[in-house]
This record gives sequence, C-alpha cells and structure tokens, in this order.
Amino acid sequence: MTTLAPLLAADRRAMRLCLGLAGLVILLFCLSLAVGPAPLALFGQIRGMTEEAVLARAILLEIRLPRALLGIMVGGALGLSGAALQGFLRNPLAEPGLIGISATAALGAVTSFYFGLAGAFALALPLGGLAGAAIAVTLLYGLAGREASVLTLILAGVAVSSLSGALTALALNLAPSDYAALEIVFWLLGSLADRSLVHVWLSAPFILIGGALLLASARGLEALTLGEETARSLGISLPRLRGLVIGGTALAVGAAVSVSGAIGFVGLIVPHLLRPLLGHRPAHLLPASALAGAALIQAADIAVRLVPTGPELKLGVVTALIGAPFFLHLLRQTRRSMR
Amino acid sequence: MTALLEARDLTIALDDRPVVQQAGLALAAGDFVGLLGPNGAGKTTLLRALAGLLLPQFGSVRLDGQPLTALPAADRARRLAYLPQGAECHWPLSVAALVALGRLPHRAPWAALSPVDIAAIDAAMAFTDVRHLADRPVTRLSGGERARVLLARALAVDPAILLADEPVAGLDPGHQLDVMALLAARAQAGGAVLVVLHDLTLAARFCRRLVLLQAGRILADGPPEAVLTPANLRAAYGIDAHISHTDEGLLVVPGRRL
Repeated sequence: MTTLAPLLAADRRAMRLCLGLAGLVILLFCLSLAVGPAPLALFGQIRGMTEEAVLARAILLEIRLPRALLGIMVGGALGLSGAALQGFLRNPLAEPGLIGISATAALGAVTSFYFGLAGAFALALPLGGLAGAAIAVTLLYGLAGREASVLTLILAGVAVSSLSGALTALALNLAPSDYAALEIVFWLLGSLADRSLVHVWLSAPFILIGGALLLASARGLEALTLGEETARSLGISLPRLRGLVIGGTALAVGAAVSVSGAIGFVGLIVPHLLRPLLGHRPAHLLPASALAGAALIQAADIAVRLVPTGPELKLGVVTALIGAPFFLHLLRQTRRSMR
Repeated sequence: MTALLEARDLTIALDDRPVVQQAGLALAAGDFVGLLGPNGAGKTTLLRALAGLLLPQFGSVRLDGQPLTALPAADRARRLAYLPQGAECHWPLSVAALVALGRLPHRAPWAALSPVDIAAIDAAMAFTDVRHLADRPVTRLSGGERARVLLARALAVDPAILLADEPVAGLDPGHQLDVMALLAARAQAGGAVLVVLHDLTLAARFCRRLVLLQAGRILADGPPEAVLTPANLRAAYGIDAHISHTDEGLLVVPGRRL
C-alpha cells in the first residue's frame, strides 16, 4: 500500500488547499465589506434609527454587499469555467475571455441593452449574455473541439472574438446617442462598481446552476485525460459531458458577463497557477479554481478601490493588464507543443 | 466453455465503406487471442465494436450473454477494458494517478479511493512492475515504462475482458516480450485477452489462438499452426513467408512480396 501513499496524500493536500482558499474567500469578503470611501467609524453605530445608522446600512447593503457577492460569483464562474474548458479541450490556453466566449456573451448583453429589452424586462440582460455565451461555445467546439491543437483553438477563438467584436462595434456605431454608446463602452470594460442586489438575484441562479453543471463534469474530465476513446471505454458519455461543459459555461459565464461586463484572463491564470499544486488532475482543479477565482476577483476589486487614481480603475482593465503579459509568457512556454 | 464476449455476424461500415463484414468471434475466460491482419483490414474497427465504442450496422456483440447495446455504459466499463493504440495522456499526471483512472467506473463521483480501489491499483502496478514509478509524471517515462503504465491503467479496471490495440507497437524486443508475457499471465489468471498484433512470430509464440482478418472478413481462426500457413499469409498479406517450427514455437520470416 505504500506505493499509493503519495496519491492519497495528494488527495488530502487538494482538500486542504480548497479549505484554505475558502477561508481566503471569506476573509476577502469581509475585507470587501469594510473597504470603501466611507470611513469605517461610520459603521460603529449601524443599529438604530439615527441618520448615520441608516446611511451606514444603506452603504453596506446597497453598495458594498452586492459588490462583494458579485465578486465571489463572477470570480467563481470565471475560474471554474476556465478550469472546465481547459480540461474539456485538453488545452491549457482555453479561457472564456481569451477564446471569445466573454466577448460573445457581452455582445448578447449589449444587444439586449440596445434593443431596450433590458429595460423592458430585467431577465433580458442575463438571458442575452447566456445566449451569446452558448453560441460562442458551440461555435468553438465545432471549429476546434475535436483536435487538442493549441493553434486551432486560438485561431477559432480569434474568429469568434472578431465576429462578436465587429457586431458590438456595429451596435456602438448605431447607438442612438453618444451617452448610450459611452454607457455601453464603460460597461464592456468590466467592473463590479455600482451594481445592486437586483444584479445579484438576476445572475445568482444561472451562475449556481452553471457551476453545478461544471462541477458534475469532473469525472468525465478525469477520464478525458486519456483521450476520447479511453474515456468512452471507461463508461463516460461524451455527448453528456459536452452538454455539461457547454451548458455550464454558457450559464455561468453568460450570467457573470451580463452583470459585470467582460473580465478577462481570470480563467486562464487561476487554473494555470493551481494545476501543479494539484498534481495536474482536472477534477481537483474545478473546485479549487472556482474558489481561487472568487478570491482573485475580490482581491482585485478591493485593490481598484484602494489605488488612488482619478476615476476608479475598471476591474476588467486591471485583470487584462496583469493577464495579457501572463498569457504571452504561457504562449512562449507552450510554443514547443504547437504544431 | 461459455463465451464471455461473443460477436455474431458483425458488419460495420464507416462512411459507407464496409470495413468489417460478417465477422464472428467468441472469447472465453482464459483465452489469449491475437488479432492479425494487414493495415486497413479492419482490426481496430472490429476491436472498437467489441468494446462497444462503435455500433455495427448488422450483427450483435454480447457480453456474458447480454447484448452490449442493452448494457449500461458503466456496467460495461467495469467488465471490459479497452487499451487504444498509442494511448495518450494529456496532462502530466503522476503514474499512480493515471493508473487510478482505471477505477473511475467503480467509483461514485467525488468519492475517495476505497480500500478495494487501492488494492486493485496496487495489484495492477505490481503486476506490470511500475510500482517504483508511482510518483513519476507520465510525461517523463520511456516507451517501455509508458506501455506498462497504460496497461496497468487498463488492468486496474479489474476487467473480465481486456481488448488491447497494438500494445507492443514501438517497443524494443525485450519490452515486447515483457508486455506479451504480462498479457499471457493475465489470461492464465482467468481473464479473456484479445490483442491486435503485427509481429507474427511474437503472436504465434504467446497466443494459443490467432484470428486473421483480411479486407474486413475473418480468413482464419484457430491455433497458430492452422492460421499461419503459407496460403493464408499469401492471401492476407500478399507475401511469401518462411515458416519453420522450432522448440519455441513457429518462426515466421516474411520473404518476398508477391
């Protein structure tokens, strides 16, 4: 039995890592509630009916709580879907932002803005994002799903991104007013600021169901390590697995993007950093990436509040500034395996 | 003896091209059968159909008397292991983690390894002599080690039937003998083993029964001496071969292309 002791120890280590990350998420959640322009002292007398108490409760419940909750949800959705897509396509460069899923989800959300659907009924926004994400994942799978080649995937991602970028540009071009166009552009940059609890309720069910579907793909992703034929011989149904990953990504990323705008590279960086710590096992990577994604987005969102720039930095801008060089580095590393 | 796995009248077309035609084959416990035939004869297609990975247009495959199509996938996966040609591994897992994947059909999602799982993994690794490699990433193995690790993965399923597609391809003669001896031992222990081979002498040495496939049809099925005849080799491979009987079995040396 001693041969397998390291394997069992690795399982325990994965469990401990997840518990540690969960603790970090809770810590950052509390910190996120505490950080902002209003002084901490305001929250000393949060109970009662004084003017300060009402104000403090409003800030906490209407401004900071939605922001912190969305940080967990959006970060979790991005980290989890990144890990699941990488396992499914057996490609460490798959990421919802990088291969056009976020951009197409954003297009879906912009379309529902543009036609005034979002104003008419609130669910139009997440549904628009969801439809966009579903179209993108299906297109990508059709273009590059069967081969594990990095090059095909990235090219397919470029094609999908450019198409949705062009259509988004069209929407901006035809925007009824400069103000509407500016609103869309700012929203596209990706941020958690000025969101309300309505955004939380709108996106939470989709993100939760999507997340559950992605977690259910764990077993299939493990088997897929050995290729499609062996996975099938191990009793895995590939159509079901495809449905779980595509459906789960569409739900989770579509809903996340439709409330936060496009926040890129989280799904790339998080699984990549965690993978060596988890013995490269695709199943263990799923919960760990969800938690680490939630922690990363919350930390970044706290950082943009603390950095004294004139207008607050957009979260999507920060993740892109960190993520793009990281992506270049990764690409250089995997260049050898590109054929 | 009753057949563990039985194919009757299998006909399989891929892209409207008939690849296997009216093939019948039965495997019983303890059988170690070599599947031979030239490239494109339909060996892999037949093996995939036997593994339930491919639906035949006509005919049926039965596992323990039940049609494969009526069997839940997980049930089939616990009883029948398939080792594809040039099996791949997409992530640098440790050898132990890779072999443990063979236990997936036996485990509930997210369940920890049970003592039965651990015993099966350990036994498979001991059997193929890869225990000392347990911690090594699979990307850093030699060809011979890799072949044994992949075999251990298939054996960790603890299947009644093992179907292996060219498990000795690309191995040096020493490692070829190792892998063949392992498969023979597996059959001796009561498993049914069907293995696709190209080396006729190696097949004759280890397998007590050979099946020769030509253009999708079974040309011969029987003991090596009955299958590897000059007439059969001419018909299947289009070669003249020198066949001599030695103490270690048949020796088949391809002579000249016809």
